[in-house]
Amino acid sequence: MKLRINGQQMEVQNDIQNVQDLLASFQLQDRILVVELNGEIVSKEQYSTQSIHDGDQVEIVHFVGGG
Amino acid sequence: MLKIGNKTFQSRLLLGTGKYPSLEIQKKAVEVSEAEILTFAVRRMNIFDSSQPNFLEQLDLSKYTLLPNTAGAKTAEEAVRIAKLAKASGLCDMIKVEVIGCDKTLLPDPVETLKASEILLKEGFIVLPYTSDDVVLAKKLEELGVHAIMPGASPIGSGQGIINPLNLSFIIEQANIPVIVDAGVGSPADCALAMEMGADGVLLNTAVAGAKDPVKMARAMKLAIEAGRLGYEAGRIPKKRYASASSPTEGMLTT
Repeated sequence: MKLRINGQQMEVQNDIQNVQDLLASFQLQDRILVVELNGEIVSKEQYSTQSIHDGDQVEIVHFVGGG
Repeated sequence: MLKIGNKTFQSRLLLGTGKYPSLEIQKKAVEVSEAEILTFAVRRMNIFDSSQPNFLEQLDLSKYTLLPNTAGAKTAEEAVRIAKLAKASGLCDMIKVEVIGCDKTLLPDPVETLKASEILLKEGFIVLPYTSDDVVLAKKLEELGVHAIMPGASPIGSGQGIINPLNLSFIIEQANIPVIVDAGVGSPADCALAMEMGADGVLLNTAVAGAKDPVKMARAMKLAIEAGRLGYEAGRIPKKRYASASSPTEGMLTT
């Protein structure tokens, strides 16, 4: 399955069905982060139900040092 | 006590978390500063390196209020998007609205800042806009209902200190909400001056993170802000053109 994650086109495993699977595939499940799928924020409660499809645009953001 | 929205703080120093030489130094500087509000930026994660250390994830979040910024935004729309992403973390409802209008000076875009602030207020955020030292803009933002005004002392990271004390004093004088001097502070003297002028707080980052000894500078800034605030509350003497003797003029041995 092809996804665009953080502006980068990439191929992910086809068994990834939802946001939770996607985060787990990058070992990000325990990190403080926020996911945006096709321009819409996905709340944590929706991680296991929000399905991922070929061609989706995903943003995975977090807090970094800043003023 | 500093009150912003429904939250109260003992410390009047708001500290940025960027550009420290190391995570260890940063932790110590934050601790020594006794700041209760820490600013952060929202950025794309490096998803291929999940072991990358992250300062926020090492913080005791029960001790701090997070103030994410919308840095990177050049339009109101972009700022609103970043603010919503920050809030979706479930860690904060405050937002520093920062919409840059000029890459060289990093001065804020007043029109987009106003627009973003209006939208974010409607969305229920505690809104703290970073602005220039424009007196009328500060007034208009207050009328919108923002929870604090954050005029820059001088351009971000420039360390030039308060370059327009007159405008800053007008902003402080007219405001009924907290005024937090944000950006451009270089030294403890700048902090003390801002506080003596009646500012409610100071937000700084580079002045500490970029100092030769960030931990020592964090303490210096904390003390300067406390000293300036005490001086403001105590009420300084008016300036006089000529001398006025401190010792009694009566009973002098030489007359």
